[in-house]
Amino acid sequence: MTMLRFTPNLHRLVDTPSARVAGATVAQVLACYFLANPRVRGYVLDDQGAVRKHVAVFVNRELIRDRIGLSDPVGENDDIFVAQALSGG
Amino acid sequence: MSDCLWVGTRKGLFGVARDNRGRWRIAGTWFAGDPVSMLLPQRGGRRIHAALDLGHFGVKMQRSDDGGKRWRETPAPAFPPRPDGLEDKDPMRGIDIPWSSKLIWALEPGGAGEDSGELWCGVIPGGLFHSVDGGDSWTLVRSLWDHPLRKKWMGGGYDFAGIHSIMVDPRDARHVTIAVSTGGVWTTKDKGGSWALIGKGLRNVYMPPDMAGDPLPQDAHRVVHCPAKPDRLWMQHHNGIFRSDDGGEHWQELHDVPPSSFGFAVAVHPTEADTAWFVPATKDERRFPVNARLVVTRTRDGGKHFDVLSKGLPDEPAYDLIYRHGLAIAADGERLAFGSTTGSLWVSEDQGDSWQNVSKHLPPISCVRFEA
Repeated sequence: MTMLRFTPNLHRLVDTPSARVAGATVAQVLACYFLANPRVRGYVLDDQGAVRKHVAVFVNRELIRDRIGLSDPVGENDDIFVAQALSGG
Repeated sequence: MSDCLWVGTRKGLFGVARDNRGRWRIAGTWFAGDPVSMLLPQRGGRRIHAALDLGHFGVKMQRSDDGGKRWRETPAPAFPPRPDGLEDKDPMRGIDIPWSSKLIWALEPGGAGEDSGELWCGVIPGGLFHSVDGGDSWTLVRSLWDHPLRKKWMGGGYDFAGIHSIMVDPRDARHVTIAVSTGGVWTTKDKGGSWALIGKGLRNVYMPPDMAGDPLPQDAHRVVHCPAKPDRLWMQHHNGIFRSDDGGEHWQELHDVPPSSFGFAVAVHPTEADTAWFVPATKDERRFPVNARLVVTRTRDGGKHFDVLSKGLPDEPAYDLIYRHGLAIAADGERLAFGSTTGSLWVSEDQGDSWQNVSKHLPPISCVRFEA
């Protein structure tokens, strides 16, 4: 399962425990995580389900390519990190 | 008489309370560091809604049911899925309108009693949301969002249009009137079943001359109604001050208002419809007090004459701008408060004749509201 972690900047706003989550894409991993942590969805994704403009999602050390559909593939040993972008805010 | 004032700022929510010697002091701070874009105190001060704009992490709603001691997050108004292939662009900028709440800009109770849990919420980019459960859930008012003329609303100071004023008729809660920057004044008589664009007599000078009187591209900065006489509306418009005596159908422009008829905020007395307050600025790109002298203006006769009020306001040059929700009046009609982009806050207990400075060092102030 993929390891999912969040920026510490989110911790004061909403509980975001790291977790190992099943899924073949970033979208699937996040959807699975949000089932158990529904409040977190609105902090990471906008109303249409795209990554918020000033949130960055990394798979291992690479930024994901598909910020709208989150279709980037992930594997068993990958790490996803949800970061606060340097822009905006 | 309200002894408590709520102040939303760029860096948190502040509670301001009057002590027994008549001094207003900051009594509490919440959400320190987070922008608070809108507030709604209800139910004798017990219930308070606060809208946050977390920047990176989106808009959020918080609610307290014990006067601010404890808060819990409630759902933020969210747009439904955008249909594939739909073209929906801001006509002025030509960029896609996000179907996502960008800023919570208006929050008002429905008229069916405070305990009904009914709320209306206006957002940028132009969505109106309705709740019947105290904000536990929100529904986009599709009749307005899907109205063909909504696509002609334009961003003004922000990239996209927004609903900043919501007036629920105290005689009939199905009658709701809203104002849009920039998109004119809209009203429904059936609680959002259908909407009509109103506003004859409004005038703008930023569109081509033959569109000056078109009710659609009118940039209402803020509109309020007199609760005891709700057909009387006051508007601070981008191009001046307007008054309506028929619920916003027709408007009369007020001329020669000293020292300027440009500004954002307006407040009306809760029972005396002819009495209203404004905080003028220099039109329109400069946006600071005329000649850097901060004053409040007040009319008591429906706009025929204006008093220029400055007692207790700065003697030195002041560059404070008052945002559209930065001026508030209490239910008693005596107490007013206003807060500025420079982080200064003033309170008056005599209808603006004199002002007490509460702080000069708050973060930029977006909204002030007295305890209900």
